[in-house]
Formats: sequence, C-alpha cells, structure tokens
Amino acid sequence: MSDPSSSEPDKKVGWLGRLTAGLRKSSAKLVDGIGDLVTKRKLDDDALADLEDLLITADLGAATAARLTSNLAKTRFGKDVTEDEVRTAFAEDIAETLAPVAAPLGIDSSKKPFVILVVGVNGAGKTTTIGKLTKQFRDEGHAVTLVAGDTFRAAAVEQLQVWGQRTDTPVVARETGADAAGLAFDALNDAEKRADDILLIDTAGRLQNKDNLMAELAKIVRVIKKKDETAPHAVLLVLDATVGQNAHSQVEAFQDIAGVTGLVLTKVDGTAKGGVVVALAEKFGLPVHYLGVGEGVNDLRPFTAKDFAKGLLGLS
Amino acid sequence: MFDGLSQRLGSVFDALTKRGALKEDDVRAAMREVRVALLEADVALPVVKDFVEKATEKAVGEQVIRSVTPGQMVIKIVHDCMVEMLAGEEESAADLNLHAAPPVPFLMVGLQGSGKTTTTAKIARYLQTKEKKRVLMASLDVYRPAAMEQLAALGQQADVISLPIVNGQKPVDIAKRAMDEGRKGGFDVVILDTAGRTTIDDVLMEEVAQVRNAVSPVETLLVADAMTGQDAVATATAFQEKVGITGIALTRVDGDARGGAALSMRAVTGVPIKVMGVGEKTDAMEAFHAERIAGRILGMGDVVSLVEKAAETVDEEEAERLAKRMMEGQFDLNDLLSQLRQLQKMGDMKGLLGMLPGMGKMAKQIKQADVDPQMIKRQEAMLLSMTPKERRQPALIKASRKKRIASGSGMAVQDVNRLLKQHQQMATVMKQMKKKGLAGMFSGGGMPGAGLGGGLPGGMPQGLPFRGR
Repeated sequence: MSDPSSSEPDKKVGWLGRLTAGLRKSSAKLVDGIGDLVTKRKLDDDALADLEDLLITADLGAATAARLTSNLAKTRFGKDVTEDEVRTAFAEDIAETLAPVAAPLGIDSSKKPFVILVVGVNGAGKTTTIGKLTKQFRDEGHAVTLVAGDTFRAAAVEQLQVWGQRTDTPVVARETGADAAGLAFDALNDAEKRADDILLIDTAGRLQNKDNLMAELAKIVRVIKKKDETAPHAVLLVLDATVGQNAHSQVEAFQDIAGVTGLVLTKVDGTAKGGVVVALAEKFGLPVHYLGVGEGVNDLRPFTAKDFAKGLLGLS
Repeated sequence: MFDGLSQRLGSVFDALTKRGALKEDDVRAAMREVRVALLEADVALPVVKDFVEKATEKAVGEQVIRSVTPGQMVIKIVHDCMVEMLAGEEESAADLNLHAAPPVPFLMVGLQGSGKTTTTAKIARYLQTKEKKRVLMASLDVYRPAAMEQLAALGQQADVISLPIVNGQKPVDIAKRAMDEGRKGGFDVVILDTAGRTTIDDVLMEEVAQVRNAVSPVETLLVADAMTGQDAVATATAFQEKVGITGIALTRVDGDARGGAALSMRAVTGVPIKVMGVGEKTDAMEAFHAERIAGRILGMGDVVSLVEKAAETVDEEEAERLAKRMMEGQFDLNDLLSQLRQLQKMGDMKGLLGMLPGMGKMAKQIKQADVDPQMIKRQEAMLLSMTPKERRQPALIKASRKKRIASGSGMAVQDVNRLLKQHQQMATVMKQMKKKGLAGMFSGGGMPGAGLGGGLPGGMPQGLPFRGR
C-alpha cells in the first residue's frame, strides 16, 4: 500500500486560480479560433458556419452548436461584431441553458444515513470523486461511511481505502469478487444503526451497453430500496470531460437503470472542455453538481453556470 | 440520436434516381450529411474537413455501379476512404515492434482513466501466451492510490510477473530498476505503465519525457478511450509532440461509442492503432480492424463484432443449423424458439440490432416500443405451450389451439396472435433473403467487406488472429 499522504501533489495556488487556469487552458483553442474568425469580419453565413464549427470542437454537438449560432444570428446577422461580443453572447446563451441544472447536491439531514450511490463507466473518476466528496462532507462535520462497492476491478478496494485514510473515514469492504449488492445492504444496515449522516457507495465501472453489468447495478439499487424505500437519495453519474457524444447514451442508460439524480463532470483541468454538458442540460435537464479539477483531495468545485460558460468561451 | 449514414443519405438521394456518373452537386449534398454523421460519431472537426474533401474528390465523376443507388455508391466510397485512412499504408505497421535487444522496453502513456493499467496487463499477457515472450510489468504510477497494487493484482490474474513495489521511488528510478531487473532476470519485454496525466500538466509531461529518455522505449503506446470526443486531437497531438508515440491502443471498443476518436488520432499523429481493448478481462484484446471501426463510425453497424459476440455465446451447431434453414428460406416456430433462446443468451437486443447494418432503424423502433426483456421469456413460454407439431406447422394453430396455448402460458389470445404475426413477418424476411442473399437484403450490394459470407449466425470466425512478430 502506498503512503496516502506522499502522493498528494502540491497545492499552493488558490482553488479559483486553479479552476480558471485549467478552464482557460482548455478553452484556449476555442477562444483563439473565435479571435481569428471575427475580429475583422462581418457576421455573414460563412462566419456563422465557422463559429458553429468551433462550438462543435468543444463537444457541444452539432444540434446545440447550430442552435447557439442561429440565436447569435437572430440579433447580429450582417453586423460587424467584435470577438468579445461573440464570446459574450455565446457565454450568456450557454449560461442560460446551464442555469437550471447548476444545483448543489443537497443533503437531507432527516435521512440517517443519506445514501449516495456513485455510478459511471470505467475510468470516469468515480472513486477519486468519492474521495473528494468525502473530504467535503467531513469538513462540513458529517459522519460519513464509504462502501467499496467496486468488488470487480483489481485493487479498487485498496484505492478507496487510501481515500478513507486520507479523509479519516471508515470504509466498508469485502474481498474482490464479493457481491456488491449484499455489501451495500449490510453497510446500509450498519449505517442506520449508527445513524450515520451519509453513506457513500462506490460501484464498479461499467459500460452502459453491457446488460449483465447494468442488471447488477439495478440489483444494487433494488436491494438498497429493500432496506430504505427512499434510498438511494442521490445517484451521481460521473462523466469524464473528455467524453464526446457517447455521454448521451451514458446518461440515458444509467438514468434508466439506476435513476440518476445528478452529474459530476471530472477531469475539467485537462484540454477537454466537457461541452457535451450543455447538450445534456438541454436534453435531460439533470442537475450538474460538481466539477473535478485535479487529483488532489480538494480538487472538487461546485458547478456554476456562468463560470462554466465563461470558462468554455475563455472569458474571465 | 445517431442515425446511420445510410439513413441520412437516404433522404438526400431518395429523389435521385438518375444513373451515370456522380455529379459534383449531388456529392456535395451527400457530403454535408457525411460531415454531420462524422461529427456525431466524435470525429474531430479538422479531420472531418480533410476527410470530406478527400472523399468528395474521389466520388465526383465516379460511375454508379448498376444495382446500387447513388447513395449506396457514395457510402461505399466514403467507407473505402475511411478504411484506407484508418488502416494506413503498411499492413505490418500495426504489429507490436519487438525488434530490439531484449529486454525491449514498452512505455504506456495516456490521460487518467483511459485504461493504461488494464491494457498493460493485456499486452503482457498476449506477448507471453501468444508470442512466448517473458514479460515484466512495472507501474510508475506513484500518484493514484493503489495504482501499483492494481497492476500487481492484474499480473497475478494474468500470470505475468510485475516488479516488486518499493514505496517512495520516483517514476524514473522505478523505470531504471525495471530495466535492470529485466536484464538480470532475462526478460524479453519490459512494459512500463505510467500515471495518467493531462497534457497541459507540464511537470508530469516532463516527468514522462524523462522516463522516455532513461529507457528509450521501442514502443510508446498512447492509450485512448474510444468514447473520447473532440479532445482526441489535442491529446494525441500533445503526447506525440511531448513524448513521441509509436502507436495507439484504443480501449473500450466493446462500448457503444461510435469511436470517431480513432480516426482523429490516426489522422493527426500518423501512427497506427495497434490494439483494441474489448472487455475488462486480461484476454479481452484484439488486433486493430480498420473495416470494423470504419463501419461503426459511419453507423453501418459492426457486423464483425456481432458475429464475434455471437460466436462467444451461441451454440455453434444450433446456429449453423438455423443459418442453413434461413438460407433455405425456412423458418418455423421451432426456429423462432431457438432464435429467442440464442438472443436471451446474447443479452441486449437493442445493442445487437444496432450492430447490424441497416438494422439501426429497427433497433430504434424497438427502443421506442420499449421492449421488455421479459417479453422474450413470455414468448418462449407461449412457444413451449405449443405441441412440436404446431411449432413445425404454424398454420395448424387456429382458434381453440390459440386458446389452449394462451392459457398454458398464462398469456392472452391476442399475445399468441401477436407472436404468430411476428413469426409470419420474420418468415417472409427469410424467404426474401433466400431470393436476394444477405448482402442484397442489407445494403443493396454496396457494402464492401462486411464479410457476412456464410450467413449470419453460422460460419463464425473464431476471433481475429492477432498479428505480432
């Protein structure tokens, strides 16, 4: 087992600085592109087509990009526009789309425990997100228990245990290969007895087109409901910001099987823009709770529509 | 939301029945649809533009072969163009390069969560079992909790030796230690698994460059998720520039992503895609197959995947018998029963139909109709409530027999009617199939290399041979 404290990268910059730095880098290309396009141009059909293309390169998808550019054209077609105007107009439009989904994850303190199930495809960042969430809940003074529900992947249990150590939080685990649903049931049983505030359940990564694995997830939910009909109180789907249009299929399938209540977008600190979230907001209207912006325990940010939209367009 | 290219082009070309050479205007109209289809499949925009340009050039003036529609002709050209782009010129480029004095160092790089550790174990296992090489794996991931333990555990599962973990060592030192151990222990290949990193993290990019300088890897593989969106270009370019890659390992090809990232990365880096990950187990790896990925990106279905998935689960003899009967245009209720059972084994019907060319629409309809998987079980129950004779001669089933079958299976007479009607429709399709042949059924002869040859569930290739040297 590696030493839990040694690997934590140095964090000296303020979180806001890091977030904007990350988002700025990720949107640099998009922003440069817009600059190239409109500083000296009239907003004609060609310019609009190019702007649409640029939005597509941010993973907004063809339909959303078309909608945004046609909105822009409504008010500004044929006019000479500055780069800043275009950016601001897009950012405002995107922020408006995102505003209804930018909602914090509310913890209902009447539930003891408030059960959170974390789901997603392989490698999306579920376990790391749980680590960060735990830190936040602990800082807020909640009694938290973690459940190592990824009983499939090699060393997934150990990975969560390290996060447990880092955040000084107990981890309920069984050997690799154990039944995840049974583990969740027993963990919930014990957490109820202890009257824990929050029970955070990790699950194995699964591709949404694998029926047997999705059935397994359905079973976890079913078994939790046997113990507490209102649980899980939150089902978080973790989405990787690098994902493209497949995100639609992920949301659809996980919502169908596990009743997703909200999204967490991870790896926003890279070059990927996570623009698909805009299209997801239009289509599903699921709340987006958090952004993951690094590997450190503090690298979790609330999702805010304006900042995300501005970040996407490189405005600060 | 994803329509296959064939459906998209259908609307463009429905009105067009003229024969002769493809005209530029028509091709351009078609290419607009191709462009959107590619973007929806996550092919990166600059690559889409290049591709469309190239394909247009090829298509304009091309004679439309008799027996296909202009739309099918364009699809064929687009498909061929994409296969060419994905496959590259040298056939052998996709082989893992072992041409160096042992121990041959391999370096695995990529973003967080792209599947590096699992892919490391898969390649190690492949080299060890198929190429008879002694392989040592080492994890240089000192950041993610339990990353090293993960590789060690996978090593145990796959029966591959992994370098003992020494806490507190820097990645470069672990790499050197692994190479030393590789020399001393007489290993043929040493695979170095690195931590996931974002390409704008200059410190970590510098770190992996140092590792590269220390071991001079013969293969540096970028491990990339098939679900990646437009970012594929930025990521691949950055790893290419800052580390230098020799190949791409495409992971999660068993998912339902269209996989446009494959084309993007192949195009911008110029390096071949060497392997594909198709499952979570350590033996779930295959050689890259350009035709399959091309078909998927274009929404023409992934016939080979379907056939292979079928091969894994389907009772081969039964499937062959069924295929033979289908070819003969025969299809009674016994065949339906056996097909339902095969389907049950294969799992997701929606996913399965989506893999078939020309069946995307049907998959969509099924989705809209919201077919209950329980439905298959109920249909099975009805079929089992019939006598063998009834199953052989469905025409026998009249009112009182229907009543008996319904009560025997706990269903209503309408349900029995529906089942019989469904069978009737399928039987008709089988008859048509006999007349036209499978290829004719699905694509009007326009689709090259779909390899349906011996009939759908029959004659299944037992996995593609993995090339290596």
